[in-house]
Amino acid sequence: MLDDADRRLLRLLQADPTQTVPDLADRLGLTPARITRRLDRLREDGVLRGSHAIIDWRALGYTIAVSLRVTLDKTVPRAFDDFIEAARAVPEVIEIQTFLGRVDVRLSLIAKDLAGYQRLYREQVLTLPHIADIEALMTVATVKSDESLPL
Amino acid sequence: MILDELDHQILRALSANAEQSTKQLGQKLGLSQPATWRRIKRLQDAGVIAGRKLDLDAEKVGFGVTVFLGVKLATKGRVSLEDFERAIGAIPEVQTVDHVLGLYDYRLRVVARDLADFERVLRRRIMTMPGVGDVEANVLLSEERRPGPI
Repeated sequence: MLDDADRRLLRLLQADPTQTVPDLADRLGLTPARITRRLDRLREDGVLRGSHAIIDWRALGYTIAVSLRVTLDKTVPRAFDDFIEAARAVPEVIEIQTFLGRVDVRLSLIAKDLAGYQRLYREQVLTLPHIADIEALMTVATVKSDESLPL
Repeated sequence: MILDELDHQILRALSANAEQSTKQLGQKLGLSQPATWRRIKRLQDAGVIAGRKLDLDAEKVGFGVTVFLGVKLATKGRVSLEDFERAIGAIPEVQTVDHVLGLYDYRLRVVARDLADFERVLRRRIMTMPGVGDVEANVLLSEERRPGPI
């Protein structure tokens, strides 16, 4: 279980993962050794899994982002596995999520322009196996994207 | 920005793990430390690397439920989108807000401690917001982030 100091530490680190141990120690009023011990324990427990660089696809020319909500044909026993495996082979798919609800799988798809999206959609998405229904939501603007947890 | 194969490899490596030093990364790619650093700096300056995200196990820090919500505004034109976006973005449990075209007007990613907690957030904070009409909820079961076209 996390205690209050763990939470404060993770909250700070979440706001800026590039902070060094001495920075964190200063801000939390703990010694660097104690911060290191806490971080080590959080890593060992699998709470803290590391960090990754955020890529801004727009800066690379991918101006189109579409959320594809897919319903699968559940009469096929391997529908989920087959579909996900095939979706992984499409490089423009940047997220694959499965759900409990009206939607079975959601794909985040990026493309450089509308023509590129149309080509991708026809040639690589509609050809994915076991699709019963598919709906597209095109992102107009991203209002909030930090995905931070309210620790 | 035009990227070469080494830039692609740097992006791929850092988007999988941002905690490697420029020295470690350079060694893997056969680049010197200063050359690796210059390339990373160039990618940051061009905005391609937009920052760093801490990777936490949401369940282990107490957030067992993630829900994607499709929200339709009931009174289009009468509610200021800016006001709605500001208010919805200020809810701590709301992790992402996307304005979308299609079946819904907004797509939200919401975290909660459990389903009961989610119901509280939905009823007390989201459904009470002016303009919120039809809402569809889908509970996240699994999630996979892909490297993307690099």
